[in-house]
Amino acid sequence: MAGVTQVQTTLNGEVINFLCEPRQSLLECLRDVLGMTGTKEGCNDGNCGACTVIMDGRIVDSCLVLGVEAEGKDITTIEGMATPEGLHPLQQSFLENAALQCGICTPGFLLASKGLLDQEPDADEGRIRHWLAGNLCRCTGYDKIVRAVLQVSKAK
Amino acid sequence: MEPFDYLSPSSLEEAVKTLASKGDQARIMAGGTDMLVQMRAGRRTAPLVVDIKEIPDLNVVSYDATNGLTLGAAVPCYKIYQDETLSAAYPGLMDAAFLIGGIQIQGRATIGGNICNAAPSGDSIPVVIALGGVCNIAGPNGTRQLPVEEMCTAPGRNALADGEILVSVSIPAPQAKSGASYLRFIPRNEMDIAVVGVGSSVQLDASGQNFVSARISLASVAPTPVFAKEAGDSLAGKPVNEETIQAASELAQAAAKPISDMRGTIRQRTHLVGVLTRRTLNIAIERARGG
Repeated sequence: MAGVTQVQTTLNGEVINFLCEPRQSLLECLRDVLGMTGTKEGCNDGNCGACTVIMDGRIVDSCLVLGVEAEGKDITTIEGMATPEGLHPLQQSFLENAALQCGICTPGFLLASKGLLDQEPDADEGRIRHWLAGNLCRCTGYDKIVRAVLQVSKAK
Repeated sequence: MEPFDYLSPSSLEEAVKTLASKGDQARIMAGGTDMLVQMRAGRRTAPLVVDIKEIPDLNVVSYDATNGLTLGAAVPCYKIYQDETLSAAYPGLMDAAFLIGGIQIQGRATIGGNICNAAPSGDSIPVVIALGGVCNIAGPNGTRQLPVEEMCTAPGRNALADGEILVSVSIPAPQAKSGASYLRFIPRNEMDIAVVGVGSSVQLDASGQNFVSARISLASVAPTPVFAKEAGDSLAGKPVNEETIQAASELAQAAAKPISDMRGTIRQRTHLVGVLTRRTLNIAIERARGG
């Protein structure tokens, strides 16, 4: 039945349980069920990347993942990037490079960039630009974002 | 989205049994990158969504130089292009897997799903047709095979009967002096829907100077992906030169039946079929000679 399902998932390192309907996207579950509103809704159809999260080491658009698919998965959202000790190096670099204006796309860009550098710590500019093609920013013109990621990358 | 039930079977048997009992009430979901968008927009509805990603048979990636590739219908694009053996064996397939959506989409979207979604613009379909891909289908009455070019029957419609499921796509092993390529035209650099796409594969003779055979397939120029058989066949036994490639590209143009819409006009699309057919043939030839 299209009833409520219990989902167990690891969210930002913590095993949690939540209830959702099969029709609810992971994005809806994060924001509306779990109250974690750091992940943003942009287009809600997989074009803009604002809702990017890391699931089992891969970046995905959380609007195109069902909440029930999170069962047994390991998910990182923007809320999991900073630590009590301080900002993630990418967050610090975005600040220093003024790589954001309105900020709606920023959590998605940060997670997408983290997804890249976790796998390829020495990604170069071309790789960064290609990797971030699935994230749209209507403010910055992208250069500052790319520069911010490049500053954290070991490619010099 | 309208409410639906969700099932994630762990075996092909269970999936087929469920699909057979639910008929058109069930809809198969692989990566979900097309289907969830369509369901959210109300263009598709399904009382039951059957998620196939936990089924081992649909996650198979099996390749050897004799039998070729069997690619499970639930294997996401990134797993294909991250595989160095596959990248070396099927560079034409990589052209497509690497440009479907962005990295987020490639983490979820599958070639099998692209074929079943049956969009005229499906980026992976032309090259899989060009490579001679075959769909391995399971259903309540057993299994059957269908060439990929017969899989798409209309925009958004495929040849699967109620209760059937695409298990995998088989692609023959690449032979010596063979090569393939896929190119699309889009007005942006990334993340767009093909105005025209062309997939070509060639088999050259030992000298690398003559075609043994060729297959050409087109996207976004008809209600379904087009297998331009005559265009490819025209190259069989011919020398590799500008004239034979030009003649094949004109036959490909003749096989295209494009419409004018927001992405392009009939004239532009017909022109692009010619250009992209020549370019993909030349890349395929270069790859064939290098291998």
